[in-house]
This record gives sequence, C-alpha cells and structure tokens, in this order.
Amino acid sequence: MSKKVAVFRKESFNAAHRLFNPDWDDATNDKVFGKCALPNYHGHNYDLIVKVVGKPDKETGYVMDMKVLSDLIKKEILEKFDHRNLNLDVAEFKGINPTAENIAVVIYKLLRPHIDEKLDMQVRLYETPRNFVEYPVD
Amino acid sequence: MVYLTRIEHFNAAHKLYNPNWTKEKNDEVFGKCANENWHGHNFELFVTIKGQPDPDTGFIYDAKKLGSIIQEKVVEKLDHRNLNMDVDFMRGKLCSIENLVVGIWNELEPYLPDTIQLHCLKLVETSKIYVEYYGEK
Repeated sequence: MSKKVAVFRKESFNAAHRLFNPDWDDATNDKVFGKCALPNYHGHNYDLIVKVVGKPDKETGYVMDMKVLSDLIKKEILEKFDHRNLNLDVAEFKGINPTAENIAVVIYKLLRPHIDEKLDMQVRLYETPRNFVEYPVD
Repeated sequence: MVYLTRIEHFNAAHKLYNPNWTKEKNDEVFGKCANENWHGHNFELFVTIKGQPDPDTGFIYDAKKLGSIIQEKVVEKLDHRNLNMDVDFMRGKLCSIENLVVGIWNELEPYLPDTIQLHCLKLVETSKIYVEYYGEK
C-alpha cells in the first residue's frame, strides 16, 4: 500500500474570547470588530478537526493511531483551551488577537512538533457551524 | 392545532458560580464551568408556537415576524454578551441554561400575539446538552 490516506480526528472545546486590538481606541475596535469587541467577552463551541495525511504503516495499517491523536489533542489543546478565556487564560494568545485564524495557527504550532515529520497535518477550526478556517493552506 | 418552530442562535460567555459559596465549593460543584474568567458557547434557541392556520394566509403566524420578535426581544440582549454581567433579566440569577430558558420565556411570551400560544422553548448549549421549558411554574 503506497497511496497516501487522510485521517481526521474531531474534538471540541467551549471558550470565551473577544476580538480587540490594544493599539486601537475603543471606537476603532468597535468599527472593525463590532459586537465581537464587547468588553465582557462572549464565547463559542469550537469544533476542531485535525487532518493527518500519510501512507498507512505496513505493520498496523494506520496512518496514525487515532487514540494517540485524540490523546495528543486533549493534552495539548483541550486542557489549555476548554472552559477558558482565550484572551486571559491561555498564554499562547498573549499579544495575539484570538480570531479563528489565529487560534488555528496556534493549534497547529502546538500539535505539529508531536506528529511524525513524515505525516502532513492540517487544522480545521469551526467557530460556529457557519464560520470555519483552515491552516496551513498551500 | 399546529406547532411551528423558529430557530435562532446567539454566542455568549458565562460561568456557573454561586457568589454565596467559597471558590472551593464552586469548583467542587461546577467544575471547570466555574472558571473565573468565563467560558462560552454557541447557543441555539428553538421557539415553538402553536395555533390554528389562518384561512387567508395558511400560517399560524408569520415565521419571519416570529424571528424578528425573537431577535429584538431576546437575541439582541444575549448575542456576543456575557450572560452573568450584561443581561438585565439574568441579574442575580445563576446562569445555568435552566434559568436562562425560563428567563427567555418571560422576556418573549408577552410580545407574542393573542392568536398563538408559546408552547416550548428548547435551548441547546452544546451538541450534548439542551433544556426544554413549557412555561410550567
């Protein structure tokens, strides 16, 4: 078996955030980010899909053991993000506006070092059922 | 009698926290939901009304008008807000979805026309948790 296969693991976390650029005044933040900039935060049920691509291992038939991937996402992402305030509680967002785009990039950077270099990886993050992002893209 | 459901949604922060208890007791009862800096959800609200179809329109009530009333009376107060801090009708109450659904009922029900009855509110907090309320005291 030499064909590449993509495997996906879906997890979810619930978190508060607000979109705010501290270099701007309140009026500019309101204009750009609208109600997402409200000072007392709001929140989402985030759905995270991690895609891993590679050739199935000859011995196991796995691209990656999904239990290992699930445990990795739980340890590296959910334990840090779930039921937290992304702006206040998560060190990785210090100085970074927690847009869905930036959250996806942070998640990728946290997971990538733990996944075999031979495997490609992509993160898809749903902020709502209607808004979602992917990282990285070609 | 026909039942019609309109679905609206809002995104909000909250925490489950009883100010009369110590932090330890709150952590024990509410776990990570008591996180002091809040967390949040995409809430879905299912509003079910009941009535007889009007002979001229075939509607029990115009679903678009129902959507506008829900938006104006409820969603505008809740969407992108902190339920504990920003919502007048939740002030002094624990921000569980049980209490929230009762609060939404009380906000919405007076603004619906006499030709229909509010039958049920279903409030979905996550894909695994929702509550229903039928207006029973």
